[in-house]
Amino acid sequence: MIKIVKKSEVAGIRATAYRLIAVVGALICSALLMLALGHNPIEVFSNIINGSVMTKYRLIETLRRAIPLIILSLGISVAFKMKFWNIGAEGQLCMGAFGASFFALYFPDLPQIVLLPLMLVAAMICGGIWASIASVLKLKFDTNETLVTLMLNYVAIKWISFLQYNLWRDPEAKGFALIPKFSKNAVLPNVFDLHIGWIIALVFAVIIYILMKHTKLGYEIEVIGENKNTANYAGMNLKKVMLIAVFLSGALCGAAGMIQASGVEFTLNEQISGGMGFTAVITAWLAKLSAPAIIVTSFLFAMLLRGGDFLRVQMQIPSAVSDILQGIILFFVLGSEFFIQYKFVFSRKRAS
Amino acid sequence: MDIPFVELKGINKKFGTVVANQNVNMTINKGEIHAILGENGSGKSTLMNMLSGIYMPDSGQILLEGRELKITSPDDAINAGIGMIHQHFKLVDVFSAKENITLGKKDGLFIKGKELSRQIREVGDKYSLRIDPDKKVYNMSVSEKQTVEIIKVLFGGARLLILDEPTAVLTPQEIDNLFSILRKMRDDGCAIIIITHKMDEVMAISDRITILRKGESIATVNTADTDVKSLTEMMVGRPISLEIKRVTTDPEKVKPILNVRDLVVEGVGNQRLLDNVSFELSSGEILGVAGIAGSGQKELCEVLAGICRPKTGSAIFKGDEIIGLSPREIIRKGIKTSFIPEDRLGMGLVGNMNIVDNVLLKEYHNSNKMFMSRKGSKQISEQIIEKYDIKTPSVYHQVKKLSGGNIQKVLLGREINLAPQLLVTAYPVRGLDIGASYQIYNLLNSQKQDGVGIIFIGEDLDVLMALCDRIMVLSHGEVMDIVPADKVTKEQLGMLMLGHKNFDTEGHND
Repeated sequence: MIKIVKKSEVAGIRATAYRLIAVVGALICSALLMLALGHNPIEVFSNIINGSVMTKYRLIETLRRAIPLIILSLGISVAFKMKFWNIGAEGQLCMGAFGASFFALYFPDLPQIVLLPLMLVAAMICGGIWASIASVLKLKFDTNETLVTLMLNYVAIKWISFLQYNLWRDPEAKGFALIPKFSKNAVLPNVFDLHIGWIIALVFAVIIYILMKHTKLGYEIEVIGENKNTANYAGMNLKKVMLIAVFLSGALCGAAGMIQASGVEFTLNEQISGGMGFTAVITAWLAKLSAPAIIVTSFLFAMLLRGGDFLRVQMQIPSAVSDILQGIILFFVLGSEFFIQYKFVFSRKRAS
Repeated sequence: MDIPFVELKGINKKFGTVVANQNVNMTINKGEIHAILGENGSGKSTLMNMLSGIYMPDSGQILLEGRELKITSPDDAINAGIGMIHQHFKLVDVFSAKENITLGKKDGLFIKGKELSRQIREVGDKYSLRIDPDKKVYNMSVSEKQTVEIIKVLFGGARLLILDEPTAVLTPQEIDNLFSILRKMRDDGCAIIIITHKMDEVMAISDRITILRKGESIATVNTADTDVKSLTEMMVGRPISLEIKRVTTDPEKVKPILNVRDLVVEGVGNQRLLDNVSFELSSGEILGVAGIAGSGQKELCEVLAGICRPKTGSAIFKGDEIIGLSPREIIRKGIKTSFIPEDRLGMGLVGNMNIVDNVLLKEYHNSNKMFMSRKGSKQISEQIIEKYDIKTPSVYHQVKKLSGGNIQKVLLGREINLAPQLLVTAYPVRGLDIGASYQIYNLLNSQKQDGVGIIFIGEDLDVLMALCDRIMVLSHGEVMDIVPADKVTKEQLGMLMLGHKNFDTEGHND
């Protein structure tokens, strides 16, 4: 008979060892899959690394993928820290991109130094408001924020589709349903061959780190997430903190939308989020909601994404394979958390 | 007795680096009531949890009627005839007694309602356990719930019953009733283990007593051959005075500080959780609050702390109305209501945070800046740790990993450190060992002498009667009476707790 028993606390080093074992296990498992598909696993892995970081161009492309993941994960981490399950990063990104695009399209001739900050602020406000719908409904009617944020994703994406196919459709795009390209002033400038979004992401990471560790608000968010009763008893204003934290969470996700629109797409389209809002939930969670760790997990995930693209081109391996790889890695790493907390007990036949 | 029913041999259990049980040996015979006595943290519950399959021993043997038994799950324990009644009942509120009793039974897919009710009554009648099988658990009193738990265990065919602190939530009358039921079961051949730290109950009910200290079994004695004093010494490991002093306060420091009038708090469905509660409190006075668990103690605390808003009523603290203020405003007005919540991990501390961050909870908002510093809290934490002898590896240790007593001391230390004028404390010694409990009583007494008004919500009537100046008895949210602590008997308090208002209080009437 096999039984699952809760373990006593596993110390830090051993816990890390478990996680490393999990990663190794994931690699072995993926290797078996590669073999089954008739590919040399070592070649596949080296191609992933090769394709994602080994040349300057590839590294920059990987970083380009990592930027929105970092910002979205930071946003998600603020809400998750309070145990407010905001899985609406996708929608908040879209609404942020919408807010930014509004100014990019209607005030294209503003000087860049004015227009870009304006777009960022608009994006953050739009994303923040979009997320706040869920927190306001939760406070007023005790709705489930997981469902509300999830559903609002689809509303936001469809809103962008509407803009793309109707309201903001470019009449000069010869029958294609496209929103016009941004003016030069509305495009993020490059620093070291990569749009300035990477600096914004790092600044956000530092701000969120300080916010969570060294400010009253961060402390309140953490206490509320851990124990609402205690927070109440200590005189914290639960509603206020929840509204602020959720707005902040959405604002960050909105900022990611502005960066994608202005730094990558140079326009707005319905593929702007591309599922990153969900990937970011994973990276935030794997980083245990810690800002520095989020940078690492987001970069690693960006490597996987880029590496997957490279595999498709280089080895004609379908891109679904890289999705499977992601799935396997996630399965093992999250699974290792189980083994850190529980163990199996093999017992002989029951003595009766 | 030839072969004991259950024998524990050299049981060891560690949690990480903490030794919970070390070389525990004991035997339990059929037809005896065996008390396990020990301070909190002495490993009583861990030991019993190993018998009932919740934990597994690291080493050692459990013998059932001479044969070795491996208990790896509660299922194994139940199959071996071992049933445990936990301190916190494990019943499904929205189910009836019957449904709870059959929960987890594996034989048969369908529930035969009538047949089952008959069987339950049969089991109940045998030991005069009276229960309506169709009554929903949420409609039950605490003692009824306990009865359901007992029947549930008996119904599962248990021949060894383990009761963890069964009397903690009962009135004196209910305790007597429980004890007579236990005696009947013993006479019927059941083995019964009762975990408690109340000395007089141990003496009243048990046949033999095993004393645990720091995880080790110190001795097993016959109840008839021992007395309270020697038991306490074995438990604590040194002689200890069991007297609680009632100190007197300098009359100059005694001034009325709190006047509570007609508080009404309504719960779900307009049920009155507090019903026209009125009382006064002076500085330098300890007002005890007695009552069966759930009689409105929690609501009273929460109203005074500003967490719960009453429907009507007022509470004037030094001339200021505090009803309607938020907890933060109550503190800002200069009112120091240090409120030590009933469920300290559930409300009061954050288990996953370290001591410094928990001390910070009542400090952080005092700075006007957006950023906060943990320096002050670290200092206070260190002081609290030293002053109250809190056992922790460091100030950065997670609170939930401390023992119950140490958790309590962190909370109490933090609150007293705020120099309160009014201290509301609920069950401050719950989970504390004897030594620490007396430390707390002394602490409350010295606060009282400093002119602090104290509302002490207690469960041990002996302690309430010895420590408090007056005792207010709550029943179903209503104040039954406020009696002088030195003139009341335990039985009278018991009657009041049960809601019998009109009895002869020897001339006292409110």
